[in-house]
Amino acid sequence: MNQILTISASPHLHTRRTVASCMWHVVVALLPALAASLYFFGVGAAIVVITAIAGCAAFEYIINRWMFHRPSTLLNGSAILTGLLLAFNLPSNLPVWIILIGCLVAIGIGKMSFGGLGCNIWNPALVGRVFLLISFPVQMTSWPLPIVNRWAYADASTGATTLGILKMGGDPASIDLWNSATGAMGGSLGEVSAIALIIGVIYLLAVRVITWHIPVAIVGTVALFTLCIGGNIAIELLSGGLLLGAFFMATDYVTSPMSHKGMLLYGAMIGIITVVIRQWGAYPEGMSFAILLMNSFVPLINRYIKPRKFGERGAGK
Amino acid sequence: MRTFHIGGVHPPENKITASSKIIDVELPREVVVVFAQHIGAPASCIVKKGDHVERGAIVGQATGFVSANVHAPISGTVTKVDKVKGANGMPCDTITIASSDDDHENDLKAIREAKPIRSSDEIKALSAKDIIDIIDNAGIVGLGGATFPTKVKLCPPPGMAADVVVINAVECEPYLTNDHALMLECPDGILAGVEMLMRAANVDRAIIGIEANKANAISLLRQRISELGMNGISVMELMVKYPQGGEKQLIDAVLGKEVPSGALPISTGAIVQNVATAYAVYEAVTYGKPLVDRVVTVTGPSVERPGNYRATIGMPISELIALAGGVPTDTGKIILGGPMMGKTIVNIDAPTIKGVSGILMLPESMSARHPVEPCIRCAQCVSACPMGLEPYLLATLSRYSEWEDLEKEKVMNCVECGCCSFTCPSSRPLLDYIRLGKSTVGAAIRARQSQKK
Repeated sequence: MNQILTISASPHLHTRRTVASCMWHVVVALLPALAASLYFFGVGAAIVVITAIAGCAAFEYIINRWMFHRPSTLLNGSAILTGLLLAFNLPSNLPVWIILIGCLVAIGIGKMSFGGLGCNIWNPALVGRVFLLISFPVQMTSWPLPIVNRWAYADASTGATTLGILKMGGDPASIDLWNSATGAMGGSLGEVSAIALIIGVIYLLAVRVITWHIPVAIVGTVALFTLCIGGNIAIELLSGGLLLGAFFMATDYVTSPMSHKGMLLYGAMIGIITVVIRQWGAYPEGMSFAILLMNSFVPLINRYIKPRKFGERGAGK
Repeated sequence: MRTFHIGGVHPPENKITASSKIIDVELPREVVVVFAQHIGAPASCIVKKGDHVERGAIVGQATGFVSANVHAPISGTVTKVDKVKGANGMPCDTITIASSDDDHENDLKAIREAKPIRSSDEIKALSAKDIIDIIDNAGIVGLGGATFPTKVKLCPPPGMAADVVVINAVECEPYLTNDHALMLECPDGILAGVEMLMRAANVDRAIIGIEANKANAISLLRQRISELGMNGISVMELMVKYPQGGEKQLIDAVLGKEVPSGALPISTGAIVQNVATAYAVYEAVTYGKPLVDRVVTVTGPSVERPGNYRATIGMPISELIALAGGVPTDTGKIILGGPMMGKTIVNIDAPTIKGVSGILMLPESMSARHPVEPCIRCAQCVSACPMGLEPYLLATLSRYSEWEDLEKEKVMNCVECGCCSFTCPSSRPLLDYIRLGKSTVGAAIRARQSQKK
């Protein structure tokens, strides 16, 4: 025996999960929704997704390489995931240059300005989306109609989203719930198909990348609150990116709480804020703002809401 | 099926030697006896160079309450009284005993013809104090790895009383099968030992906790219990989850009670003893045999003859490895104990001690840690911690020397099971930082307490 043995402290085993595998699991979970968006929005969806992923990856590489002088972190998949999620939050006819501005804000300001992966306070993809929503309100709220625009990009015919119709005083009875569930409706390209998103979240729960706490808290609170104010629960849940947000945006590791109790509170607050904005706010949709607002509270939640420690239940019980 | 309620992980079990019989290792001709083989004060040497000692004679006397006697594992002459580099690389006080041909023959004859020194009636007549004295004299310590002197646990502090003995047969560490093998081969001795522990603790109830991956041991022990009519003893099948063999986790799993922070396990009314400890108690009471040998699992993915070896305490680790076919060429790390809590070996020629439950040789590919990545705040460590702590926070506070906050976050509750570091996708050295914090905060707490006095 001539080799040198390793001396290290326990544990000597390690899970096979890595940062990269967590990120790629989420990307895989988003594939059904990606397929649905390509089906409904065709070439426009493809252009937006490719641009957003390439943009986010490029900006992360450039900032790492020439500003931070750090090795590339592209292989851990986080920039690609941010790009995909950003694309999912955009209309399928958005011009490439606007998408690239969104990528720069998402990666540059939303993520790298805080120090990169793990350090950011707000969900980078949502930072990018909200920046675009405020800066380009017209382009960001014209939604191509599904299916008819498969071969159209810049010249797509547009219409309002479900929540937009309701905000304008539309009749809830006119909304086809089956179309809302499958995704045949106007909206940002990843949010439309509830069925695809549900398949994705089942996958994420099955491979234990996320726990049930945040999605259930958000969906449950929105359903309960809507019931209390006499709204239509199915419409509220199936539209306005609620499921995309609840399953994939609010559950972002970096910007969500560490304890299960904290996750429940965080999810419940997102649900309440979302309904409040939708019902009484100026915007028809409130999911992005609700998540960003609650992202800000995560450090506070982590400070005051702790997991139950062993031994607190006491010996007698 | 029951298990503990907070946290836990599922590392691959890899119980390669689960169906291996116990192999009796030939009595060595020379042993090195360590005086600090247990938690607590080291035993003090009561022999000198040139003395002749008999197998089973006390060579190290316990010093104080939390301490244990050390015995001569073979007959022979004390050839050296000196410091030897232990398995962890630190020098420890030892004596070396070498046997002559006559000594060796006598020992072998004594082992072959071992007869009970007490009849079953005499054993029945022993009082609780008699049994505790026998355990004390025999130098029996917890054989699960922590090596806490057994008699200390059987003597609860004033005002506290036990109502149940919990036998730890969980063996939740991957790879290790020494307790499993012992249960399959010596069920009657184990059950007799459990009964003796019950009488020593003055309770009429004992629960043997075994994880479901040892189904044959569970059914064998249940069968023997009903055949022998041992009404007070029951076997509880537990879900497989690490670290169920931790004392606090086992009490939670078996009794549904939580040991309060900073309190002794006895505050739940439970005395926890390892299954191999119970067998050692049986041997000490029935045969008058002190703790001079134990079952050691020698294993690893590429070990030639992995197995469960009954080894004489004091023989070199390297000899046990040689019996298993030597160190495989791809070995990158040798561990005493299991892969989750075991310690890496610095000196392969160090003597075995009472707490060595396994010798694990991991290939190079499993030896090095992965590169550390940034914390992505995935909360896996928080979910995994069986003590309900926040390892990411403890590690960060420790890294930035925030000792006061660290104490408030209950760093001292940490049992160092390694679930946090195991589960971290960023391969962060969480437990390393937490250990640093524990030692610093622990020292500060002790300093404060001594100031008060």
